[in-house]
Amino acid sequence: MNPWRDERLRPVLAACVTLGLAVGVFAISFGVTSVSAGASVGQTCAMSLLVFTGASQFAAVSVFGAGGSAASAFGGAALLAARNSVYGLAMAPHLRGSLGRRLIAAQLTLDESTAMAAAQEDESHRAAAFWITGLSVYLFWNLGTLIGALLGTAIDPTVYGLDAAFPAAFVAILWPMLRERRAALAAAIGATVCLVLIPFTPVGVPILCAALGILVGVPPPPLSASAASGEVVAT
Amino acid sequence: MTWGFVLALAATAYGFKVLGLVLIGNRQLPPMLDRCLGLIPAALIAAIVVKDTFSIGQHLQIDARAAGVGAAVIAAWRRVPLIAVIVISAVVTAGVRAAT
Repeated sequence: MNPWRDERLRPVLAACVTLGLAVGVFAISFGVTSVSAGASVGQTCAMSLLVFTGASQFAAVSVFGAGGSAASAFGGAALLAARNSVYGLAMAPHLRGSLGRRLIAAQLTLDESTAMAAAQEDESHRAAAFWITGLSVYLFWNLGTLIGALLGTAIDPTVYGLDAAFPAAFVAILWPMLRERRAALAAAIGATVCLVLIPFTPVGVPILCAALGILVGVPPPPLSASAASGEVVAT
Repeated sequence: MTWGFVLALAATAYGFKVLGLVLIGNRQLPPMLDRCLGLIPAALIAAIVVKDTFSIGQHLQIDARAAGVGAAVIAAWRRVPLIAVIVISAVVTAGVRAAT
């Protein structure tokens, strides 16, 4: 069956639209922040179209806005963008295909698209969830940026609690994955490492170090676990 | 901000994004590596959740977001649909923020 027409992907579509709205409001505030930090409307839109990594973009323009140097703006933004390379490693097995397709997929490799793809229980839905989420975030992020850059006034996302929308969505996306013992352990290690490192390392580093959690995948799965999962499939 | 900065950051960001995808490409991976890479989303997304909930820059702090994300945890546990989890958390966060 064509995964795009599968009704089990409807929750993904619904979530994308909801998340898209939150992304859009943040994008408007990015557009405003960027222009007021001295970037032109063209540069602001080019950042969202080409850099397309929200946290990095915000980090860069806030350094410029505070009168910081280009070097420190660049360093902070690059550190925040680095985690996308780790997501690429996770997504590669699900995004097989022509080089051209993967080069486009690369631009859409983000927290949101990776999480939504990983959350699909059916392997055949992963690629579709990745593309739907990535394209929807791309659309809303760029639309919002343009509006903010032109308008110059933004809605404060925090007034509507939208800053909690992303971690909340990630909790909901993560939840079903945690039924698997190793994933739960990897998540616990990732969260702990991140929390411990936040006060001591530059922004962006704690998330990268959270990748330590994947080491729980090194030992082969115990036989009892695979037998148990076999039972689940059988019933 | 210069155009040079924008383009350099764009190239760097794209370089990071494309690295993993191209590095692995269409290769078949050994089972151990496959298991480890499969755990990346769980480890990193959990880290994003605690970072977005409990920190501002390099400071840890507990504020209205913790209430909103706490509500999201309960909602996710009760198997509320994703779209509703997002709305519930935003409403709770905004409510707690307005009240404090």
